Amino acid sequence: MSELTEKLKQDIIEHLNLEDLQPQDISDNEPLFGGAVGLDSIDALELIVLLEKNYGIRIDNPEEGRRVFQSVGSMASYIEQNRK
Amino acid sequence: MNLGITAYSELNEKGLYKNGILLLANEGQEPFVPFAKEVYRFLNPVYSKFHKMDELCKLAFLATEALLSEDKISSNAEGADVALILGNRSSSIASDLQHLESYRDSSNYFPSPAVFVYTLPNIMLGEICIRHQVTGENSCFLMQAPDGRFLYRYVQHLFEQEAYQQCITGWVDYKAGNYKACLFLVEKAAVNKPVLRKFDYDFI
Repeated sequence: MSELTEKLKQDIIEHLNLEDLQPQDISDNEPLFGGAVGLDSIDALELIVLLEKNYGIRIDNPEEGRRVFQSVGSMASYIEQNRK
Repeated sequence: MNLGITAYSELNEKGLYKNGILLLANEGQEPFVPFAKEVYRFLNPVYSKFHKMDELCKLAFLATEALLSEDKISSNAEGADVALILGNRSSSIASDLQHLESYRDSSNYFPSPAVFVYTLPNIMLGEICIRHQVTGENSCFLMQAPDGRFLYRYVQHLFEQEAYQQCITGWVDYKAGNYKACLFLVEKAAVNKPVLRKFDYDFI
């Protein structure tokens, strides 16, 4: 799991062009939206693309997305449960 | 009405200039993206959204930062008193092509929302307006080459008929690594604000 969370942090930084951040700046349970990471609505759409492109997981339900994208930790758990 | 240019900036493949003075040379003849990073670090605006912008917006953003680095939007002017009128030849073609590439192959179909949002030249206006709280008229006109006559007339009209206090005008164009931004801060000529250049048909 920790390997996955570290890879996810790197993926998020690269995919969302968060050049001011390093993986170690994002803690596993820190909120991705509304906190220090400060993602916005376009970033939320990019996270959906990232999950589908890199992990083959599609999210169609906005409520599910809200839960999955709470933190890197919640994303990693969801990937572990749904990875094909 | 007597209008004057109180500041001007230029960013091109050779360097960054403010009021005709070289601020930062592109000594390594770097392509736009690494040079833009260098300019960003030089100007140090501390604005993390910069890194998410497309090339056209980065170009416009950096040229505006240089333009307003000392000559901030007047403290007497509300955002609604400031207009932003630009000209451009290539529209948002760099992002348009990047977006096209992302969905050309139906077996590898992952269009990026972050690219798609930049597929309009008006987005660069929005980025500048957000950064500098400009809420007056903002428009980007497509033209083959910088059309000083058109821009002069349009800006003059804004001052005369709509009582604007300041206007950022000029040219911002990016296509396939070729780029140029030249921006001008236009104001009513006043004793306490030195006019650096005349604002007329030949201003650009």
